[in-house]
Amino acid sequence: MSRTHAIRESLGDRIFLAFIYAFLILVLATVIYPLIFIVSSSFSSSEAVVSGRVWLWPVDFSLEGYKVIFSNPMILTGYKNSILYTFFGVLANVVLTVALAYPLSRSTFIGRNLIMMLLVFTMLFNGGLIPTYLTVKSLGILDSPLAMILPGAIAVFQVIIARTFFQSTIPKELGEAAELDGCSDIGFLWRVVLPLSKAIIAVLVLFHAVGTWNAYFDALIYLKSPELFPLQIILRNILILNSVDAGSLVDANQFAARQGLRDLLKFSLIVVATVPILCIYPFVQKYFVQGIMIGSVKG
Amino acid sequence: MGTTGTVKALHDVQKESKALAARRLWKGIKRHWQLYLLVLAPLVYFIIFKYIPMYGAQIAFRDFSIVKGITGSDFVGLSHFEAFFKSPNFWLLIKNTMGISLYSLLIGFPAPILLALALNEVRSMRFKKTVQLVTFAPFFISTVVMVSMLIIFLSPRLGFVDQIVQALGFESINFMGVPGYFKSIFVFSNVWQSIGYGAVVYLAALAGINPELYEAAKVDGASRFQKIRNVDLPGIAPAAIILLILSVGQIMNVGFEKIYLMQNPLNVSTSEVISTYVYKTGLLGANFSFSAAVDLFNSVINLILLITVNSIAKRISDSSLW
Repeated sequence: MSRTHAIRESLGDRIFLAFIYAFLILVLATVIYPLIFIVSSSFSSSEAVVSGRVWLWPVDFSLEGYKVIFSNPMILTGYKNSILYTFFGVLANVVLTVALAYPLSRSTFIGRNLIMMLLVFTMLFNGGLIPTYLTVKSLGILDSPLAMILPGAIAVFQVIIARTFFQSTIPKELGEAAELDGCSDIGFLWRVVLPLSKAIIAVLVLFHAVGTWNAYFDALIYLKSPELFPLQIILRNILILNSVDAGSLVDANQFAARQGLRDLLKFSLIVVATVPILCIYPFVQKYFVQGIMIGSVKG
Repeated sequence: MGTTGTVKALHDVQKESKALAARRLWKGIKRHWQLYLLVLAPLVYFIIFKYIPMYGAQIAFRDFSIVKGITGSDFVGLSHFEAFFKSPNFWLLIKNTMGISLYSLLIGFPAPILLALALNEVRSMRFKKTVQLVTFAPFFISTVVMVSMLIIFLSPRLGFVDQIVQALGFESINFMGVPGYFKSIFVFSNVWQSIGYGAVVYLAALAGINPELYEAAKVDGASRFQKIRNVDLPGIAPAAIILLILSVGQIMNVGFEKIYLMQNPLNVSTSEVISTYVYKTGLLGANFSFSAAVDLFNSVINLILLITVNSIAKRISDSSLW
């Protein structure tokens, strides 16, 4: 059996397969090398980073960058803010998305097509940045935590994903039976639908958590007070604008030590900002793939 | 006489059935009043954060003043649009926006397809899983971190890219400061970040291909490459077309977040796009009406593109958005 197989695999096919493996190994290396470089640099000494001695693994292992970060009040406040915005943002997102998607999944819900049209239209066309900003301003929530939670609370594609999920997993008969037993719609949603929908809730939580944790645009336009800034804005100020002298985060007196730490801190900051969200990745990969799949099904 | 009688009776029946339908409708709504209660809060959200701004987009046709409000401000017709079309920035913005988008589409659209096709040929499950796991990981990196990484890697002092360039005997280059490199840096770093995420959909489409087609290809003595061309590619075509329509509909919306962060005074001649221009003139320059007009122009072009591409796709294939 295996002999005939070997014969059938022609020389051309084997060369072709070798090319495919070479391509994939190249892709793998290209994606993984920058990640390793960042992590290794963050665990090296500042002299090793500045002199460019770090290539693959940490050189002169040290934690000085992390020590500085975790004793800096500005970064810690940013961390706390990001956690709060992500937590309450996800809470609002899941409650509102389910409250909208579940009725839309019911065929007995009169007006569902009209509402669907209103939702999809906002995907095709929007008022734009300035009118949205003026609306948020007129609500009086500018420069407050609410501006970080409310404007992006619902995403239409999430509603479509959730609606598709409810439609395909909750049998119609179940709803009818519950209705005959005198179960109210909200009671049915709470006691029957939600316990069956852990997968889709996980998808909603993950997409929104990743989005909120990584977002900086809303904070850029809606927030003015530094004590409200999420981590990403603080990262931007330190890493991209260089408006905050990273060296001033430390009490180092010598100029050379400051310069070195300034470079080292960039690497440590990147790791610290990314690890919380990356940590959940292995556990949730299954759900993410599921979410992308349901989402790609025509809504 | 008899006919009028029947017509009248028919009218009555129609009226009655209309009333009956209305009553049934009301009954249906009343029976499921809780569902309407549930959608209330989300609908208020959409009205406040989506539809009121749409109504507010009319400031593009007015001279907005905070004192007079949106509807009270003076109506000026299309003068903001005219000012934009005549401004020296107009063609530069269009050129940069379209240029970055088309370049992104050209490289970014086929990249995940290639990865998925290649992964589909791999027989070792462990290798396949490893590649998938690793290429998916950059999806979790924030835009701020992504751009920071680019700045570090491409800096003449800290970055390994420049060290490679120097090792090859070339002069040190400040990549982020060269206008000509901006588009490539933007597009290829996007591919780096999203190739694994993008491949997921295609891998699932490949997994859904009928195994009998592969059997048939084998019987016909098809080579690996022929099998990819004649079985795999048609299998993923519907998904690819949908994604292509969606990306063409976004052609005028190049990601503001990343471009804005990558911008610096040296590369602004190639990096200024419509969305960054709207932000700068509107929110930073407090030129509300003018930038709202630019934004509106942008949205309308997008909408037209989406509708056009969708109808073309409908005509030449079975896949379309609606």
